[in-house]
Amino acid sequence: MASKAVLTGTHFMNGDEACAEGALAAGCRFFAGYPITPATEVAERMSRRLPQVGGMYIQMEDEIASMAALLGASWGGKKAMTSTSGPGFSLMMENLGLGIITETPCVVCNVQRGGPSTGLPTLVGQADMMQARWGSHGHYEIIALCPSSPQEMFDFTIRAFNLSERFRLPVLVMADEVVGHMNERVLIPEEGAIEVVERKRPTCAPGQFLPYRPEADGVAPMACFGDGYRIHVTGLTHGENGYPAMEDRAQERMVNSLVNKIKMNRDAIISYETEYLDDAEVVLVAYGISVRSARRALRMGRDRGLRLGLVKLNTVWPFPEEFIRGLAGRVRALIMPEINLGQMVLELERCAGGRCPVRLVGHAGGSIIRPGVILSAVEDIRKEAV
Amino acid sequence: MNQPSTAPCMQHPQEELLRSERIPHIWCSGCGIGTVFSCVLAAIRKTGLPLDDVAMVSGIGCTGRMAGYIKVDSYHTTHGRAIPFATGLKLARPQGAVLVASGDGDLIAIGGNHFIHAARRNIDMTVICVNNLNYGMTGGQQAPSTPFGAKTTTSPTGSPEEPFDFCQLAAACGAVYVSRWTSIHIRRLTESLTRAILKPGFSFVEVLAACPTAFGRRNRMRAALDMIKFFHERSVIKNNIDPREAPLDFEGPLLVGDFIDRDRPTFSDNYALVHSGQLGEWPDLERQKHTSGQ
Repeated sequence: MASKAVLTGTHFMNGDEACAEGALAAGCRFFAGYPITPATEVAERMSRRLPQVGGMYIQMEDEIASMAALLGASWGGKKAMTSTSGPGFSLMMENLGLGIITETPCVVCNVQRGGPSTGLPTLVGQADMMQARWGSHGHYEIIALCPSSPQEMFDFTIRAFNLSERFRLPVLVMADEVVGHMNERVLIPEEGAIEVVERKRPTCAPGQFLPYRPEADGVAPMACFGDGYRIHVTGLTHGENGYPAMEDRAQERMVNSLVNKIKMNRDAIISYETEYLDDAEVVLVAYGISVRSARRALRMGRDRGLRLGLVKLNTVWPFPEEFIRGLAGRVRALIMPEINLGQMVLELERCAGGRCPVRLVGHAGGSIIRPGVILSAVEDIRKEAV
Repeated sequence: MNQPSTAPCMQHPQEELLRSERIPHIWCSGCGIGTVFSCVLAAIRKTGLPLDDVAMVSGIGCTGRMAGYIKVDSYHTTHGRAIPFATGLKLARPQGAVLVASGDGDLIAIGGNHFIHAARRNIDMTVICVNNLNYGMTGGQQAPSTPFGAKTTTSPTGSPEEPFDFCQLAAACGAVYVSRWTSIHIRRLTESLTRAILKPGFSFVEVLAACPTAFGRRNRMRAALDMIKFFHERSVIKNNIDPREAPLDFEGPLLVGDFIDRDRPTFSDNYALVHSGQLGEWPDLERQKHTSGQ
């Protein structure tokens, strides 16, 4: 009998719905959320689908509570997620930090809209990218994926769960209103063809277990509620035994541990795709819905004889620093279309390190980037670079 | 001559439930939290629940530190957010017993929204609130529990605000078990906590406790014993009364007791019910759902 959790087949659905289906296929069995445009359809689908697979949906009183409930559910042994948009994402920031410091796997999907504040609830934005990186206080590493289609909403949500389980942290799916609301074909594979990762659990005796001692891969096994380890989990700086440790050495150990588990595994985390890079002079570097604008611009440019290439960032955090550094030494310019007034382009510029010019094609939000504007930027920079 | 460290007389009676290696604790001398903590441990033991399936969740503040000393799965979360964290924990592992330990500021100021909604949903958890009438950990600021006119570091001439009555609030929001004690009512508090933990649904136990360091010294109760004497002299036990008839009043008798013990389906009960297909369409929920005739 086909699994109710994995709707194998070809579907025509929007990105928000595909996100929900991806979560279920990855083993998500708990969703806590709060309605917010343009992410509501994720919650709506989860409220209908989770009871069908023995899971639970709860609508919380706000996004602060949603994020807290996710962390609790994760320590209760379930894979948990929420979806939100700008204002809710802002409210989640403190408990996102709790998820980071307590190393709690879970997934947060932010279907981005125009901001700041209430901004443009129904219209697209990509301006939460730096908030995704640094929105919670303190120093930490994060993983963020950017889907550019409903299919990728499905695929990347599964990957987000797998990364969160493997590296024990909240993983962000940084979608946007257009990807969330567009309807496209979504292929859901056979259940057996979907890779699903489960968190490591301790195997030693409870007396010997140090809940925050990383193993060789940088990640400690996780003892959930009821596993018999009776551990203490705190948002305070803690030692490997999990107990609060109010001193600079403990802080140094812990924060480095949080950072290192991502840095040392960055090759396993970072994902990007390239198109037409072999002979490219000018390369468009894009993520999320702006990949679609960039790809159109690339085709229009190639038709006019412009040697354009494309780098599609599937993960934006951690940023593919080494790849961009190498690329910047081989091309005449890098251009980043993004729906903000310059966020990821700062990272692109930093990694290019002056090896080639870097340009932003951006606006403040409300619509996708027009391919023609990207093409004009290509022509401008070719003139400058000659 | 050396006494073996395993000798019974060298062990705390609640050793099995204590992270002894973390003692000494952070609580000030004269603080009532330690007494309440002992009662919580004793109550857990009295329930007979398997200790591996008991969890404590706390937020931030002096009372929140209970989670760091109890030897069960324990989660010291963010300020005010213990209840939503505990909600996720309980729903993900329904066979576990989940306790929330919280101070008055943590639970009712920053966490007030979560408190009323968890009570409304009747999430199966036990919320223990140590009410010391102020923010102790940060040095004694005004809280939503601070009595009108009481002095704190942020109300130096007396608090201009009326406080919440926590028990009335819990009862109004749907809590199935509500009681109020002080830190001197050790036996009754322990019994009350035991019942609260075993009670399915949202249980709330408020415990008034002395904070001589931050609150007492600004309110003519500087010595540790002053407020304990105050509790002893003023408290009057009234069980099974509507909390509206037991307002928290420091000028008259201090009414304490087991106020409410009632039954109501928990969130999980109702979640199962609405997905069972047994419920009619709103507003006629009692009508058996009509299945198409075959």
